[in-house]
Amino acid sequence: MERIQPASGALADAYIAGCRVGELRLQRCGHCGIHQFYPRIMCGSCLSDDLEWAAASGRGEILSFTVVRRPISKAYEAPYVVALIKLEEGPTLMSHVVDCASEAVAVGLTVRVKFARWSESITLPVFTLDSQRGSSS
Amino acid sequence: MSSLRGKVAIVGAADTRVGVVADRTATELCIESILLALADAGIGKEEVDGLVTCNSMAQPMLYHAEAIAEYLNIAPRYCFAAGAGGGTTFSVLHHAASAIVTGMADVVVVAMADSLRSGLTRDQAMLMQSSTGHPQYEQPYGPTVPAYYALIAQAHMARFGTLPEHFAEIAVACRAHAARNPAAQMRELITVDDVLNSRMIADPLHLLDCSLVSDGGAAIILTSAERARHFQHPPVYVLGMGEGHGHEHISQAADLTTSAARESGQRAYAMAGLRPADMDFAQLYDCFTPTVLVELEDLGFCAKGEGGAFVSEAGIGPGGRLPVNTHGGLLSHCHPGNPGSMFALTESVWQLRHTAGERQVDNARCGLLHAQGGIMSSHSTLILGKELG
Repeated sequence: MERIQPASGALADAYIAGCRVGELRLQRCGHCGIHQFYPRIMCGSCLSDDLEWAAASGRGEILSFTVVRRPISKAYEAPYVVALIKLEEGPTLMSHVVDCASEAVAVGLTVRVKFARWSESITLPVFTLDSQRGSSS
Repeated sequence: MSSLRGKVAIVGAADTRVGVVADRTATELCIESILLALADAGIGKEEVDGLVTCNSMAQPMLYHAEAIAEYLNIAPRYCFAAGAGGGTTFSVLHHAASAIVTGMADVVVVAMADSLRSGLTRDQAMLMQSSTGHPQYEQPYGPTVPAYYALIAQAHMARFGTLPEHFAEIAVACRAHAARNPAAQMRELITVDDVLNSRMIADPLHLLDCSLVSDGGAAIILTSAERARHFQHPPVYVLGMGEGHGHEHISQAADLTTSAARESGQRAYAMAGLRPADMDFAQLYDCFTPTVLVELEDLGFCAKGEGGAFVSEAGIGPGGRLPVNTHGGLLSHCHPGNPGSMFALTESVWQLRHTAGERQVDNARCGLLHAQGGIMSSHSTLILGKELG
């Protein structure tokens, strides 16, 4: 059984292509300057279509998290940490926090992106605790 | 602009059996709820000219309301199936009220039913419900529905010092109400320790912080306040209605600990000309315990961040300062999915008719009902009253 794969689409595919080369891609608006995630056909703030892909720093903070004890399907090995990560650039995304005991995860901790294989062709961003920097809260 | 305040009233209300109802399909439960509501109102099907339903997950139909009308052999002039997840029930009330006030229908039946327990496997139910997540950017990470709400709970704990015990007290209170309701699916009293010792599902949510999976249906009959005076039961008036909509996907929420329930409630209070302190009871959407805590705050029953203290000190159980989910709620009465709040609606009708038996709130005159869909995404609030004044 395979984990849930992201639905395909032109914008999603460009994002996944970034992940494949180790880049967490956000859209940056050439008109108002904001970064946005998820990708859209226009800027969600000012509606401009002057958007370009920009590689994010990959650093962020845990806005919230949960430890899933009862997995969504057999393809997921519980426990796993589902978290909302607020990126340095502003947008928030859902991801996993990996490579640590679930007890070590807390709201406000800083994290750093890494990339994980989801299937033959799909790589997605996940995050690890940034132990050098510790808690920012 | 004229307000809908007091323009329509509920004149019939009924629930089917709930819990595990293996001898009825979702369609049959929907039909049965309508027959019971017609009997409660004391009218025949020929008087119904409006029908509102919601689709079923166990037995989905492209034209759900039309199929229900056909099954009943009626030809309404106003007919639709609504889909706003958990918020559906109360959002359709003001659409139906508008139809009545503008002459598009005179007697509208709102009927919703599903059989999540008997009509779907556990895996089907889990996958269907988690499809609320973003198909590209959330679902691959395998969040379950409890996990989405756990994100809200954890944020509330980190920000305001709310404890798992506070969430547990909400489950305990709902169960105490359900113990007084012969129709409820789960009636055995539980303690805070029972909740905290139940299996962890998605931290900090334990099994008993999660609502039930049920079969069941319920229906109400709505008509103009004027016409309502001629039915066999005293009318229950719709005094206030409001909606509020924020994000759909939780990763896009502007704030994890404050929801659009705030705007939804403010709109309903403004229409009713009433305040939180005027409410004799509240039926608050309780798919998971933290939902109730956030709603208590956003609907103005206590200040932001003080939901935990309100639950512990003021009390939301029987005899508490604000009885919440007097039928037992989704946590202990039943939760057949999108129709879930219908049971809060029928319960409120009985509370305001003063026919709620052992669980009757003394001298109940006014109550607030709130539902939400998505992950604290779309919100709808109703204020019902025994009198127009």
